[in-house]
Amino acid sequence: MRLVLEKRNEKSKKMQILVPIFSLIISALLGAIVLLLTNANPIKTYATIIHGAFGSPTKIQYTLVKMLPLLMCGLSVGIAFRLKFWNIGAEGQYVMGVIGITWVMQFWTWLPPILVLPIALIMSFAFGGLWGGIPGALKAHWKVDETLVTLMMNYIAIGIAEYLYINAWKAPKGNMGTVKYPEYAWIGKMWGKVHYGIFIALILVAVLYFLLYKTRWGFELNMIGKNSEAARCQGVSIKRNIILAMILSGGIAGLGGGINSAAVTHCLTKGVDSGYGFTGILIAWMSNLNPILSIFISLFLAALQTGSDALQITMKLPSSMSEVLQGLILLPLLAGNIFIDHRLRIVEKKSTEALEE
Amino acid sequence: MNGIEFFTRLLAATLAMGTSLTYATLGEVFTEKSGVLNLGVEGTMLMGALAGFTATYFSGSLFLGMLMAILIGAFFSLIHAFITISLRANQVVSGLAITMFGTGLANFLGKKIGPSSNGFNLIGLNLPVKFNNIKIPFISDIPIIGAFFDVSLLTYALYFILPIAWYYMYKTKFGLSLRAVGEAPRTAAAMGLNVNKNRYLYTMLGGALSGIGGAALSLCFTPSWNDGMTGGMGWIAIALVIFSAWNPGKVAIGTLVFGGITSLQFAIQAAGIKMIIPVQFLAIAPYFITLITLVFMTVRAQKTNGRFASPSALGTSFAIDEK
Repeated sequence: MRLVLEKRNEKSKKMQILVPIFSLIISALLGAIVLLLTNANPIKTYATIIHGAFGSPTKIQYTLVKMLPLLMCGLSVGIAFRLKFWNIGAEGQYVMGVIGITWVMQFWTWLPPILVLPIALIMSFAFGGLWGGIPGALKAHWKVDETLVTLMMNYIAIGIAEYLYINAWKAPKGNMGTVKYPEYAWIGKMWGKVHYGIFIALILVAVLYFLLYKTRWGFELNMIGKNSEAARCQGVSIKRNIILAMILSGGIAGLGGGINSAAVTHCLTKGVDSGYGFTGILIAWMSNLNPILSIFISLFLAALQTGSDALQITMKLPSSMSEVLQGLILLPLLAGNIFIDHRLRIVEKKSTEALEE
Repeated sequence: MNGIEFFTRLLAATLAMGTSLTYATLGEVFTEKSGVLNLGVEGTMLMGALAGFTATYFSGSLFLGMLMAILIGAFFSLIHAFITISLRANQVVSGLAITMFGTGLANFLGKKIGPSSNGFNLIGLNLPVKFNNIKIPFISDIPIIGAFFDVSLLTYALYFILPIAWYYMYKTKFGLSLRAVGEAPRTAAAMGLNVNKNRYLYTMLGGALSGIGGAALSLCFTPSWNDGMTGGMGWIAIALVIFSAWNPGKVAIGTLVFGGITSLQFAIQAAGIKMIIPVQFLAIAPYFITLITLVFMTVRAQKTNGRFASPSALGTSFAIDEK
């Protein structure tokens, strides 16, 4: 007897719902095992995380603020993954966005005050778009492996950012960080910590949903991802679409960096590379590349992160528990995905041997 | 300090730091050569560093520490192998999940499994034993080259492991199978090779070597435990795999160049030398060089219609009954 995976004729609708639910349960159980082994009460820990993320208006505000850059990076990666372009460079594109906005905020002071913020945000999009467009062009024209290129470009972007906030653009006071952006160019607050940037993100979700599901371009991107050879035969320009999609993908990550800087940090400084881009890959994957679902997934992961910070304070548990849980959620989900288009069958040893012959 | 002394010290620092990188890079070369991209190196290394440190701290045995690092490293890559080879999931996402999980778990456990006298924390503890440098008399006194003969056991071991790895990959039957399953899995299967068994084997070998790489940090280079002490070395290892063109014989070149540049930064900062090039640019130089190398190699391979150095089936799963 042995187990064999057999391809289904079409994707199983039932499994598409069951797999994420079971993954979540399995990851909660695995997390509980880790917690029990280190003498922590899992139920109390999970309750603390939920309370830490949603327990009071201030906590909800922190979670929403944290959600924004995550959502932007998730949207960014989602576009690239649609073409099976394995962009792991959202981190670098986000950092470039912060560099772009800081450049305008710091040196384009001759602009009329009302124009500073819009132009600065456009610049963050452009810088991120450049950082996404380069690997896009390298892939489109010379088939250079995009995973490795985007990985390298992350570190180059982080290095440039470090050079800027430690050396070239360092504020006269202190030993790192640029000067604060002019106050008239900040993104305002609407509810406690929550700022108006959230509207930009939500509008973007709507635009992307329309673009990806209702226009010819979205249809072309899907076609390239599913079967690039068939797309080519239909007259779809693969080169052009890869480059355009990557400029858009990088641009959105960059804009995420721009919004977060204009609303929260107000400068370029240490901690700009805080892993939003990498979490974005998780979000894109877990939301099945759907922009609307990305909102809920990024809210969930933001809650996990802010909630885990509370663990440190109330339960003296290391906040790295959030990364443990993120990994534990992703692994069963990845493992379970195969059951959406495959079924598991038990067959007699003899019959498989006959099949292989 | 004169010039020769400076270079000797620089080389010594390079070798100390490059050792850990070399193990991890060599491991990833084997894994990728079989067609599996494992982006989990960073997480696996950190878990190896933690396992090695903990086992050595509580047992007082470096042997047990290394053994634990190898087992934990192999176990973490086994997860990746199971998910990507048996369950055919995306290798990029799975590798990232391994890194996230491994880094998170190592940092978490590092604050929970220490001795109660230290508040269950491993940070700040001193090891009862560690890998010390072993000096070979006379040869180690030669200027510059002498640095090669005043290193730890882990570095000496590499002088033998690297040539053996090269020989294994290019001159043995097993090496031929390894390259075949990474280049042309379908043909390899038709010739009677078990593609997935080979891939499991080399993914776990890669993980074990990453584990050793991590332990080389916590038992020799640092030697202590700290949160995220690998500091991105796993990602550098992945870059160096490209730099070495997937050839175990060239791994040392990459790790020496990279280790050298990194050590140079510290040396310059320590000596307080004013530089025309800012140190941050030195820090990104290896990534930049790797990027250029990758682009150059790919373009050249296409212009000459020649084969590109990367294994053709890298990143794709294999199932005998499906296209």
